[in-house]
Amino acid sequence: MEEELRAIAEKLEALRRDLPDGGRHVDSIAEDMSAEVVDSNPYSRLMALQRMGIVQNYERIREFSVAIVGIGGVGSVAAEMLTRCGIGRLLLYDYDTVELANMNRSGMLISHHVRLSHFVGMTKTDAAVQTLSDINPDSYSLNITTVKGFETFMESLKRKSSLMPAHCSGVDLVLSCVDNYEARMVVNQACNELNQPWMESGVSEDAVSGHIQLLIPGETACFACAPPLVVASGVDERTLKREGVCAASLPTTMVSTFCCFTLAFVFIDNDIDLYYDFHVQKIFCFSFLKCRR
Amino acid sequence: MEGWDSSTKSALTQIPLLATRAGPRDGAAWTQRLKEEYRALIAYSGMNKANDNDWFRISAANPQGTRWTGRCWYVHNLRRYEFDVQFDIPVTYPATAPEIELPQLDGKTQKAGHPDLPLRRDLELRIITVIMYRGGKICLTVHFKPLWAKNCPRFGIAHALCLGLAPWLAAEVPILVDSGMVKHKDDEASSAET
Repeated sequence: MEEELRAIAEKLEALRRDLPDGGRHVDSIAEDMSAEVVDSNPYSRLMALQRMGIVQNYERIREFSVAIVGIGGVGSVAAEMLTRCGIGRLLLYDYDTVELANMNRSGMLISHHVRLSHFVGMTKTDAAVQTLSDINPDSYSLNITTVKGFETFMESLKRKSSLMPAHCSGVDLVLSCVDNYEARMVVNQACNELNQPWMESGVSEDAVSGHIQLLIPGETACFACAPPLVVASGVDERTLKREGVCAASLPTTMVSTFCCFTLAFVFIDNDIDLYYDFHVQKIFCFSFLKCRR
Repeated sequence: MEGWDSSTKSALTQIPLLATRAGPRDGAAWTQRLKEEYRALIAYSGMNKANDNDWFRISAANPQGTRWTGRCWYVHNLRRYEFDVQFDIPVTYPATAPEIELPQLDGKTQKAGHPDLPLRRDLELRIITVIMYRGGKICLTVHFKPLWAKNCPRFGIAHALCLGLAPWLAAEVPILVDSGMVKHKDDEASSAET
């Protein structure tokens, strides 16, 4: 048995040597991020941030992994934006399948000149992976609110990736892009148990207001104690309806801001906002509760 | 409980309340919670039968008691409409309520609109698009979830059926039948023959 295994391993090694790149896994993560500010460099505008002193070492983004829960209007666009920023690793979670009504929101699903109808019926995670195949995200088509789904969710958040440097464990940040209270509570539960920082997002149904909330277990109140409505308004939580479905769904402002916060979380070492709330029709937004990291 | 009919109110007061705050990951405490769930369900079911208002059968579909399946029915215009009913116990139970599904009504159950922020309440909100739930999930947000949140952990599955599913059937089945979305099984059989 042992002999056989050794023979197979040797054969595998020989095959690997025959590969054009000598068996090294080629992917975008292996490429260098050039700091040269020229039009031909895809990273030049990002690396400029480093030259301006906004961030110390932009290439650190390659070492960051982000889990996105909910690949809908917010999640799919956030995944694409973070990919464009060069994020090291993405984990995607959704239990749903694609339908045509998703078209206005899931921009990533229709990019690359592929008609959305091509994706209809696919799980949202598969569709997202196809679009983001350059960075090869891990994807999970499962319902995290069930006992079994929750276990898989927890295990996958803990798992280290072979592509990441040894000092990185699990994920750096979880982004909650879900549309209901139950799923938010599940993300909250998992992150509390894993001592995992996460960000909650929500868009109002008519798409003109939204919020982002950073939750750090042990430092901030958890989502169960301080859901966004309570933080925003100070009203009695029990008087509130708790579900946040997203029907009109034009959350572009929301996602851009969300990704901006994610990058701030990754790079900015001092003050970052714990809570952000915006309201388009009243030309109003506020953020407060500065957190020194 | 304003706006609720007197029979629902009286049924509610007679369903035993639960005491153990435990979810499916809590081991022995969950077993205790399951016992309380069954006690409440048996009391509620017995009460319905005594009042000639028997309207559901439900039981755990796995030994851990995390998945529940059964049947429920509603009488409209002297005809009985019967549906499968199923739900999982969420991992965050009882902080969050089970999401009850009627799988035969996949694509026919409407999602009510709910603004996510209180700031929106002062503006009139018009829902242009009608969004449907997947898998026949029924909308519990407005009439049931605030009650569940207020009464955690005292409410259980029996309360979810009494305050969540029963009023939903009473409100939605007549609309589904009158609009032709749901057909009586006798009519379905005859239309298949012709």
